Amino acid sequence: MSERFLVPGLVAASVVAIFAACLLGSTPLAADRVLSAFLGGADVGDRLVVWQIRLPRAIAAYVTGAALGISGAALQGLLRNPLAEPGVLGVSASASLLATFSLYYGLAALSPWILPLSAIAGALAATALIALAAIRTRSVVTLILIGVGLSSFSGAAMSLLMNLAPNPFSLSDMINWMLGSVANRSFQELGLAAPFLLAGTIILLVSRRGLSALTLGEEAASGVGLNLRNQRILTVLGAGLATGGSVGLAGAIGFVGIVAPHIIRPFVKHDPARSLIPSALLAGLILVMADIGVRLMPTTNELKLGVVAALIGAPAFVWIAMRRRTLNG
Amino acid sequence: MADLIARNLSVEAGNATLVRDASFRLARGELVALLGPNGAGKTSLLRASLGLEKRASGDALLDGTDSEKLSPMQRARRVAYLPQQRPLAWPNTVRDVVALGRFAYGAAPGRLSAEDADAVERAIKLCDLGSFVDRQADTLSGGELARVHCARAFAAGAPLLIADEPVAALDPRHQFRIMDMIRGFVDEGGGALVVLHDIALAARYADRMIWMKDAQIVADGPPVETLSEERMADIYGVRAKVSGNSVEIEGAI
Repeated sequence: MSERFLVPGLVAASVVAIFAACLLGSTPLAADRVLSAFLGGADVGDRLVVWQIRLPRAIAAYVTGAALGISGAALQGLLRNPLAEPGVLGVSASASLLATFSLYYGLAALSPWILPLSAIAGALAATALIALAAIRTRSVVTLILIGVGLSSFSGAAMSLLMNLAPNPFSLSDMINWMLGSVANRSFQELGLAAPFLLAGTIILLVSRRGLSALTLGEEAASGVGLNLRNQRILTVLGAGLATGGSVGLAGAIGFVGIVAPHIIRPFVKHDPARSLIPSALLAGLILVMADIGVRLMPTTNELKLGVVAALIGAPAFVWIAMRRRTLNG
Repeated sequence: MADLIARNLSVEAGNATLVRDASFRLARGELVALLGPNGAGKTSLLRASLGLEKRASGDALLDGTDSEKLSPMQRARRVAYLPQQRPLAWPNTVRDVVALGRFAYGAAPGRLSAEDADAVERAIKLCDLGSFVDRQADTLSGGELARVHCARAFAAGAPLLIADEPVAALDPRHQFRIMDMIRGFVDEGGGALVVLHDIALAARYADRMIWMKDAQIVADGPPVETLSEERMADIYGVRAKVSGNSVEIEGAI
């Protein structure tokens, strides 16, 4: 029963959260001023704050979370493990490595598309590696260890890039990609990420039915009619595009992709396919709220969104891992 | 006419030959037991004949079409397959697991057409799962779970069933219940190929027994013709007392 109200409830909460993100901030705006700014009224300053600063930032946080949530839910379905997630599997880190690489070598200046594309290339490479390893090993622990390896490697390579950074500006840029932030995002950057986020989401949604079949294990899933190879390719491609797009927009933000599907699963009877859309909505909601928190926190330097996400998400990850009954290793 | 015909199938892995030159036929209306010691190549033979494992030579026709050329969905509509390993990744409800049997018809849990829902209901009734359809599968006992998997296979409505050790690790009562369900499926016109390690159970239920040893099929026929003390010694290396369809194993040779 609760399943029927899940998606409408999450959509409503998301709209409220994004609206709240436009109200709150260093200069609080009253609801009526935000509303009239939305409709093109209000004074220039209000419109500027809402349309140029707060709304794009809130939407960036939302779509980043949604992309990570849907990727996490899909990867969990594919690998049949609740701990799979772009961050844990090293996909986000690899994506941000290539993003920083393109920044460091000035490639990103050549075309605005270079940055999201290199993030996606990193994400796809890592996701494909994980999926290849998944064919060889049935142990998800192995996959997570590979993810740890990928993350460490990306972290080390990024430190190397930082050491070599020619100026402090690119250094702070790189920190943005490593820790993840949606500060100062504009609709232009959103537009650059949108095609990839959209394509990844569509691929994941179109291929989600196979994730239900994978509940039975790979052998039985192909027995009931699943084309395993195509399913792997589609999920890897979709998750790679969505995660890469989100990293290109906001840098590496971890753990949202674990927390959201974990909360959603009991509401959708633990069916991976049905968990995709609500997980995306919830993860988006979580990141918008976390970003509001980041902006409201009275710290001298604004906290990075990815730091807050990890502060909430990492303990949740440990908790899920500890409570997990061994179903398939 | 739904049938599965394997012709001179061979399967190799590296230098090892897992199946050598195996031929058999499975048609509707018969329950065939596939027997042989661990490592005899039973699972490889099943997988290769279904087109799930690469063959070194030979072919397998499912209703006249090479099973390797069928799409997974086409194959699933012709033969239901219960593999040996049946791990469930999530604590789904029993009804949803059974509903996955309808995957090849475009169904998904929570999205069943009237026809799919009907097939799922029938399978649930057939396997006597009515009392716990809404329970999560991870709370079931091994015997209950085995029945859920059977129901999942029956829900597909395929004319043929291939089951790899469906009664492994079950108590005697559940072994009989599962075999009764498979027998019922055959009596209604299905054809079943079942890997078994319990020879007595196989002799009791099977219309035909296929015996494998060292990657080869060494005998194929009704229990009265193929079950003998010599065969038990040859295949399994055990001393056994055989009379008609009953067999009693006395010890290792």
